Amino acid sequence: MTRLLGLVWLLVWLAGAGVSVQAATSPDEILADPVLEQRARALGKELRCLVCQNQSIDDSDAELARDLRRIVRERLVAGDSDAEIIGFLTARYGDFVLLKPPVKPATWGLWFGPALVLLAAGAGIALYLRRRRRSGPPLPPLSAEERRRLEALLGGPETLERP
Amino acid sequence: MMIRRLLYLIPVLVFIGVGIGLAVGLTRDPTVLPSAMLDKPVPAFELPPIEGRDGDGLGSEDLAGRVSLVNVFASWCLPCRAEHPLLMALAERGVAIYGINYKDRPEQARAWLDELGDPFRKIGADRDGRVSIDWGVYGVPETFVIDAAGRIRHKFVGPLQPRDVDQVLLPMVAELGG
Repeated sequence: MTRLLGLVWLLVWLAGAGVSVQAATSPDEILADPVLEQRARALGKELRCLVCQNQSIDDSDAELARDLRRIVRERLVAGDSDAEIIGFLTARYGDFVLLKPPVKPATWGLWFGPALVLLAAGAGIALYLRRRRRSGPPLPPLSAEERRRLEALLGGPETLERP
Repeated sequence: MMIRRLLYLIPVLVFIGVGIGLAVGLTRDPTVLPSAMLDKPVPAFELPPIEGRDGDGLGSEDLAGRVSLVNVFASWCLPCRAEHPLLMALAERGVAIYGINYKDRPEQARAWLDELGDPFRKIGADRDGRVSIDWGVYGVPETFVIDAAGRIRHKFVGPLQPRDVDQVLLPMVAELGG
């Protein structure tokens, strides 16, 4: 019973979360042309709201985000391409307005750094393993004397037997 | 053997380097963004005055010919109130300060200026915030330093602090020949 109730609550919560995610773009902003509106949504998801910095302007309720959504739609209606709109915004707010940073020399570290670190680590491990495999013949087995001492240290085989 | 030991040092050095980088990152304020407008000419704009006040608003051509500050403010913005005495003091020293009144109601902007004083040579009212977006403004207050050629040379995000004024703003204005 409690499990069922939990499930119901989870569904209610998920439904609520779904609604809140869509809430930022208010109905009066939506363009009549569904193709343009689709493009506006796609652009809005790529553009950072500079006030609440980890939200896109499509998600954010901040007033600046609303203004930027409006600008995106106005320019779409005026016939601008996606690249022109992105250029318009980066000229004012820099690359920071893009949620996905562009690939250019200043961001190479960001884009390729993790792969390089992974490669370096992989090379290091490969080198280490190869060197270890090469290092001399395998050790000889324990002699009878060594085996006896080991057993004495470990308390002898009899201690393993429980009464 | 020596070389081998140095090899083991590499991860330690990398770790220290990354640690220092991250530690420096922690001391920086993530809400302060660098301006994309630096060293660019001020955007072309023309703003009307605050309704019910004298004067003829503010436009790009007002910002050429001398070093000046452009302060984006609003009566509803508390940090603006905090920095206002500094602007008054700067105006008294003869620094040319222009204002962009961001998304404000005229009567409230007027009351604010009457109460706190008016440090601005001219004020443009940006009621829908469009011109401010052309300036790359993403919050109020912001303060721009404009050189005599009408180019943006610096931007302060958030309320000016006395330290900013003494250590950055005034030396910069002096250096630019204001």
